[in-house]
Amino acid sequence: MKKKLALLMAAVFMLSSLAAVSGCAKKDSGKILIGGLAPLTGEIAVYGNSVKNAATMAFDEINAAGGVLGKQIDYKVYDEKGDPSEAINAYNKLMDEKMVALLGDVTSKPSIAVAELAAKDGILMLTPTASAPDVTKPGSNIFRVCFLDPFQGAAMATFAANSLKAKTVAVLYNTSDDYSQGLAASFKAQAETLGLTVINYEGYGADDKDFKSQLTKIASSSPDALFVPDYYAKDALIATQARGAGITAPILGADGWDGVLTSVDASNISVLNDVYFSNHYSVQDTSEKVKAFVKNYTAKFGEAPNALAALAYDAAYMMADVLKTAGSTDSKALIKAMAAIKYEGVTGTIQYAGSGDPVKSVTIIRIVDGKYNFFDKVTPK
Amino acid sequence: MQNIPARTLDDLLVLEDKRMVDFIQQLINGLQIGSIYALVALGYTMVYGIVKLINFAHGDVIMIGSYVAITTIPLLAAFGAPSWLCIIASVLFCAFLGFMIEAVAYRPLRNAPRLCSIITAIGMSLFLENLAMLVFSPNPRPVPRIFSTKPIMVGGIQFTFNTLLTIIVSVSLMVAIQFFVKNSKTGRAMRAVSEDFGAAKLMGINVNRTISLTFAIGSGLAAFGSVFYSSTYPLVEPMMGSMLGLKAFIAAVLGGIGIIPGAIIGGLIMGVAESLTKAYINSQLADAVVFGILIVVLLVKPSGILGKNTKEKV
Repeated sequence: MKKKLALLMAAVFMLSSLAAVSGCAKKDSGKILIGGLAPLTGEIAVYGNSVKNAATMAFDEINAAGGVLGKQIDYKVYDEKGDPSEAINAYNKLMDEKMVALLGDVTSKPSIAVAELAAKDGILMLTPTASAPDVTKPGSNIFRVCFLDPFQGAAMATFAANSLKAKTVAVLYNTSDDYSQGLAASFKAQAETLGLTVINYEGYGADDKDFKSQLTKIASSSPDALFVPDYYAKDALIATQARGAGITAPILGADGWDGVLTSVDASNISVLNDVYFSNHYSVQDTSEKVKAFVKNYTAKFGEAPNALAALAYDAAYMMADVLKTAGSTDSKALIKAMAAIKYEGVTGTIQYAGSGDPVKSVTIIRIVDGKYNFFDKVTPK
Repeated sequence: MQNIPARTLDDLLVLEDKRMVDFIQQLINGLQIGSIYALVALGYTMVYGIVKLINFAHGDVIMIGSYVAITTIPLLAAFGAPSWLCIIASVLFCAFLGFMIEAVAYRPLRNAPRLCSIITAIGMSLFLENLAMLVFSPNPRPVPRIFSTKPIMVGGIQFTFNTLLTIIVSVSLMVAIQFFVKNSKTGRAMRAVSEDFGAAKLMGINVNRTISLTFAIGSGLAAFGSVFYSSTYPLVEPMMGSMLGLKAFIAAVLGGIGIIPGAIIGGLIMGVAESLTKAYINSQLADAVVFGILIVVLLVKPSGILGKNTKEKV
């Protein structure tokens, strides 16, 4: 009886592994495969899904208008769960499926991991939203649509000094995240250059949920502003605990705060009042292009597009644009076309001057009564 | 002797005062998280005491308790009831869940080697986590306000009503449980079963019912812990029980596993150590210090702080 059971289990395992193998994608020569990586589940799922939705919408529009090079674009997105090793696995899978170019990843940490591989493989990689400087360093085939973190961090320090008239600032950042670390460092550097005093520079770890010790310390030194450069789920917890610790000063952040309203329940929404964060665009922008994009996205997905959706929309159109310019799917031609591109998108003008990083303006968003309000725009010199 | 100007001396005194206030503040933070650890550690310690099993699924019972809370609160709001009544739903559901886990997963393996029970416990933990991911999605969900988190000032020390309630209710529960186990008939039955399973059975104690009750009480306490935890950190996700469960388990071991006052002391020590390390040493070292304390205690006294070295008497 036991032996029969063991044989039966072995047969079941073998059959299920066969099923997995036969599920491998067969290459369709009538379509251009553009690979995508995004965190569709996990702590930053809001970002992954925004990117996926917007890029899908863009590619659908492009395909409806006849596609590119006479073919339809097949945009295939894999869920990397916000984890660098999952991202690498998914990237390898897409390479096996012979993707033409990569639209991704979404956040800095997995993007840096994948960029190393993409640089070796020489394939065009366009990340719509990863903002840490290290993402484009591994190779000249890696580009991004958004502005850099050092610029964001510095812009927020300038905002604190000029608009909020702050004299002392505190920083609370995630020590195990590249995005957070980079922003904290550039904020501190600019703040000190402008003559502000950084009275607290506290850190926490990736899995931490309790920040009361650090916030109590910060509260007792009464800074004029608190800079928290992390993603929305942690930001929600920090804001709640900060207000509970008696910190009434404005809380500043970067584009990772986008989506924070989904992580705070309506009954607690007052903790987010007086939050200012830098972002890539505002839903309230009055240009024709933005209005059309917002209208279509809202109609299709039932919610207003956030900044990452806007960036992904631009990224998708940029991919189609370089395919047209290059006239083929050859990686070298695509990379050359991307380096020379000048694209007017929903998030501004995107142009590259010798590196993979565009120079763009920063929009400052203020949260008031559970709404994102456009506050100011900061243009680089 | 130098003549210190009065103003500087006053400043010094104020600074000392402020440092004292800060210290008390951090102590309160530590007591709050320590109380939650202690509540959860009680579940681990009671179960280990009675069936010598480390219930790895206990951390996930907390997670389920939190999800029950966020599901119940909108229903309560629809009836105009205050949201803290969700505690009742959470406690009842978790007690029932604890009872079911014991009946389904652990009781059939009571006579099997201990290793089987441990593997089943891990399996149960994974099952609960993945079930929650399927039913509720892996994305973190915000928790509506349960207790007020507005800062209150008392004598220069700032805390929230939530903090105060957590500490007071947790301590009361811990005292109640200790009293229950020491003085009630069922408590005596629990102690008898944990001392000698066979003899307790011979004495006419219904061991199955006693064990089920232990699991139910432990899980019910964990539900209290989960509501206070969710009130303080208002974001629930399927994996939230793993770190909390691990820390609470370590707290139980630190205080002496199987001993109820040990779980309480272990939890509070861990919470305070964590908070003070983050405040005065380095926030990155908090976990290292806490686990370091565990290692030192186990090296010096392997049975834990309140543990007794029971040797087999021939």
